Amino acid sequence: MIDFAFVVDIVVLALLLVTAVAIARMKDLFAIVMLSGIYGLLSAAFFVSLDAVDVAFTEAAVGAGISPLLFLSVLKLTGRYENGSHSHAIFALVLVVVTGLALVVGTLDMPAFGDPDSPASSHVAVRYLEESGREIDIPNVVTSVLASYRGYDTFGEAVVIFTAAVGVLSLLGLLSGPREGGESPVRMGDHLVLRLVSEMLIPLILLFALYVQFHGEYGPGGGFQAGVIFAAAIILHSMLFGLQPAQRVARPPVLRALAALGVLVYGSVGVVSMLSGGTFLDYSVLSEDPVSGQHLGIIVIELGVGVTVASTMILIFFAFTSRSDAAHPETSR
Amino acid sequence: MILDLYNYWVVIALMMVGFYSVIVRGNLIKKLIGLNIFQTSVFIFYISVGKVDGGTAPILVDGVTLYSNPLPHVLILTAIVVGIATLALALALVVRIKDAYGTVEEEEIREIDEQ
Repeated sequence: MIDFAFVVDIVVLALLLVTAVAIARMKDLFAIVMLSGIYGLLSAAFFVSLDAVDVAFTEAAVGAGISPLLFLSVLKLTGRYENGSHSHAIFALVLVVVTGLALVVGTLDMPAFGDPDSPASSHVAVRYLEESGREIDIPNVVTSVLASYRGYDTFGEAVVIFTAAVGVLSLLGLLSGPREGGESPVRMGDHLVLRLVSEMLIPLILLFALYVQFHGEYGPGGGFQAGVIFAAAIILHSMLFGLQPAQRVARPPVLRALAALGVLVYGSVGVVSMLSGGTFLDYSVLSEDPVSGQHLGIIVIELGVGVTVASTMILIFFAFTSRSDAAHPETSR
Repeated sequence: MILDLYNYWVVIALMMVGFYSVIVRGNLIKKLIGLNIFQTSVFIFYISVGKVDGGTAPILVDGVTLYSNPLPHVLILTAIVVGIATLALALALVVRIKDAYGTVEEEEIREIDEQ
């Protein structure tokens, strides 16, 4: 039986493939980055059609928002066109085709797409779906698994994000403070339409990020999604009105402290639960009632994740743009 | 039934397109975009594995008994954010390579190294 969701599935996947092939064939890196934004938006749409609403949020903010912007600010430093040298193209094509065919052969005994009895959906996932309502008592199972059942993994991921930001800042440095020589004549903020639309949108995006942060237990959302959405709003502001006004609001020293603080808050919850007699990140001991202890733990660690993600994303963006503005002050916004 | 495995085959095709860009193109930015496509194909694979026919998003609602698998969603949600952080680190390395060599083309970097 062919239903609507299935048609969407096939069409969106075909569009993704077309976009990817176009990206692989083109040489104008600016156009490629724009296409990669479209690719991110398409994959976010695809995740919605596969019920992964939390993932779609994140992919829309990261794949269609932050990642193309990072590429653009790097392109400003490295140049727009690639020189198109192909090394061993035929050999590579053969290698890719052979690898692809081997993988296709590997899929032949995989369970069919959407099979409810597939091994992936019949072990631990069933337990999460059946027991999380009683044990943790929040509707969004993704949040339960992310923040409580697998809180240890998520802690590791928060640390990885923090470490990556430390790496970027130590590689690029952060040139802060007002630049000499005054503002350049052409600013994106001078365009009336852009300015009005963004003035209306930025507060709404910030508000939405807070909603996603604090409503993540009941609907799709949580710290990761809220962090990237919040960062996207600040990044949009600095795209339009320049780096200095954005840095007056989001001050780099404060952001650096917040990035570390978020990880610290997350880790502290683990230590406090150990001191209260439980194991690391076992929130049930945080309160008299295990279920409200779970709620408390999840809210605090989601806050830690949100703060770390938002501040690292903004810091990373500042690090790249401050460098490209310093390299090309005449084209800066 | 061919359509049963359609998602997985598109994932493989996307992965190979990304793989091809990584090994053939000499431009470091282009390689990173290829790696990005490769990475997204893995995301799509995981989410496809988690889909259950007739299921809905894993947010508990009274009267619904069939949900898609929440576990791949958790893994991929965090992987996306970790992915952008590591991508930023790679881009920072590219910027430093540009500073040191004046180019981001692999061949030219190799020639400078051999001198």
